[in-house]
Amino acid sequence: MHERYTITGVDTENYRAKTLYLDRPLKAEPGQFAMVWLPGVDERPFSIAADDPLALTVVAVGPFSEAIHRLVVGDALWVRGPLGQGFKLPDTSTAGRLLLAGGGYGVAPLLFLARRAIAAGYGVDVCIGAKTAVDVLLRRQFEALAVGTAVGTGVTTRVTTEDGTLGARGLVTEAVGAAVAQARPDVVYACGPVGMLEAVERQCDDLGLPHQLSWEATMRCGMGLCGACERHGGTKVGWLVCHDGPVDRG
Amino acid sequence: MAPDLTCDLLGLRLRNPIVLASGVLGTSAALLMRAARAGAGAVTSKSCGPGPRAGHANPVAVDWGHGVINAIGLSNPGAEEETRMLMEARTCLAPWGVPLIASLFAGTVTEYGSVARIVASAHPDLIEVNISCPNVADEFGTPFAAEAQTAAAVTEAVKAEVGEVPISVKLAPNVPSVGRIARAVVEAGADAITAVNTMPGMVIDADAGRSVLSNRVGGISGPALKPIALRCVAEIARAVDVPVIGTGGMMSGRDAAEMLMAGATAVGVGTAVWYRGVTALGEIASELATFLSQHGYPSLASIRGLALH
Repeated sequence: MHERYTITGVDTENYRAKTLYLDRPLKAEPGQFAMVWLPGVDERPFSIAADDPLALTVVAVGPFSEAIHRLVVGDALWVRGPLGQGFKLPDTSTAGRLLLAGGGYGVAPLLFLARRAIAAGYGVDVCIGAKTAVDVLLRRQFEALAVGTAVGTGVTTRVTTEDGTLGARGLVTEAVGAAVAQARPDVVYACGPVGMLEAVERQCDDLGLPHQLSWEATMRCGMGLCGACERHGGTKVGWLVCHDGPVDRG
Repeated sequence: MAPDLTCDLLGLRLRNPIVLASGVLGTSAALLMRAARAGAGAVTSKSCGPGPRAGHANPVAVDWGHGVINAIGLSNPGAEEETRMLMEARTCLAPWGVPLIASLFAGTVTEYGSVARIVASAHPDLIEVNISCPNVADEFGTPFAAEAQTAAAVTEAVKAEVGEVPISVKLAPNVPSVGRIARAVVEAGADAITAVNTMPGMVIDADAGRSVLSNRVGGISGPALKPIALRCVAEIARAVDVPVIGTGGMMSGRDAAEMLMAGATAVGVGTAVWYRGVTALGEIASELATFLSQHGYPSLASIRGLALH
């Protein structure tokens, strides 16, 4: 069932992305998602941006996300979740380095993952890609993570834009290549559009790097029953994004 | 000696009596195969109708604590497209020896006939005639399963178009006498009966002051449905001689045993996939085997209908 949450804070991330902070925690793993319901409007999946308290980063891309953007502190929204399989930190005894790559609004769940990874003692290299400067998401928050981390672990943030208006000009996969060349990660984590994920997957396969990729789909039941979110194409068949994913741990 | 789980359903040989129920994972050949690999004895596709349908707006399903309620709204690609999927599924399933049951629905008796003709061209092992979807009343009116006369009319129309393919008619639980409706569809030519569809229900979020499903009402499945389904299957088993695919709230091997004891020939499993994952299908079959051996029952036949006496 859905649970009612009250909005306690709203951060504007960029011209069309807001993070909503809610009034209590929802125990979740980074990469898991929740179905957000506005009664009488619609219900759609959003990745979980933080779990204590629950936070959701919502990009206004259509009528439903625009309706969420109109909510203010004190308003309510309904949440069903957490759902699906999230990212998993490696089962290694010694914490090494992890690479997190986000394309466009796929950056949203990675800040939560970065915080968990840093808390577990990992060094984190973040690659954020966007079309143009104003689309770059959560850069300041990632950069702020570097403050106070131990020497030798640390956090680096690389920004790429397709038009070069912020950071390096190019695609996020080029930043991934550069980051890997500088420090080979134990695992690559990525979230973003299909084309980007497929490119990261090829890159990782070529380099023999373990990877966990978070895929997007239209969700209906969110319960692994209706089949609406089945991934078509690629090597995985009969794979349900809501139930087996959204994170494919390989 | 390990008990014999094999199940004869209208001459089809199922390795076990667990049938993937319609509406769950039945939207593609790959998902039907996944259910087969997970251990289902037979698999049922999601119902297809005359043309493509997007279904209802979200929310379409929630777990309300004692079961699931859904109103997906018969989303499907239409019979023509579905037939291609069914043919692919049949090819994939054949080496596994897992029969394919193709489910269909329509809005009128005549349409049932034409959809059945198209679906039969894919040569599924069995056609399941869904006359009991509770979630499209706004569009289609009272389900055909509500009255013996309309249920029989659909059965006749389908039977006339499917040639050698046997049919099972899927009945609704919310009727005063499901046995009477079972008799009517069997007299009209039904080779088997699937019972039951979900039970119409409504879940309201008091904080929101509205129904959770966008369709307002939906079908209850899962644990809450089991006693209702058992009663219906027992009544049908007393009323007719055809095999029954007993479906509704089947979460474990013990549930499956109860359904067989109510007189079912095979056991439909759907919502358990939410509670236990796709592996539930094979696990329920193994649990049933364990139950049988613990109680010294050699085969399914030794418990079938046990609770009717």
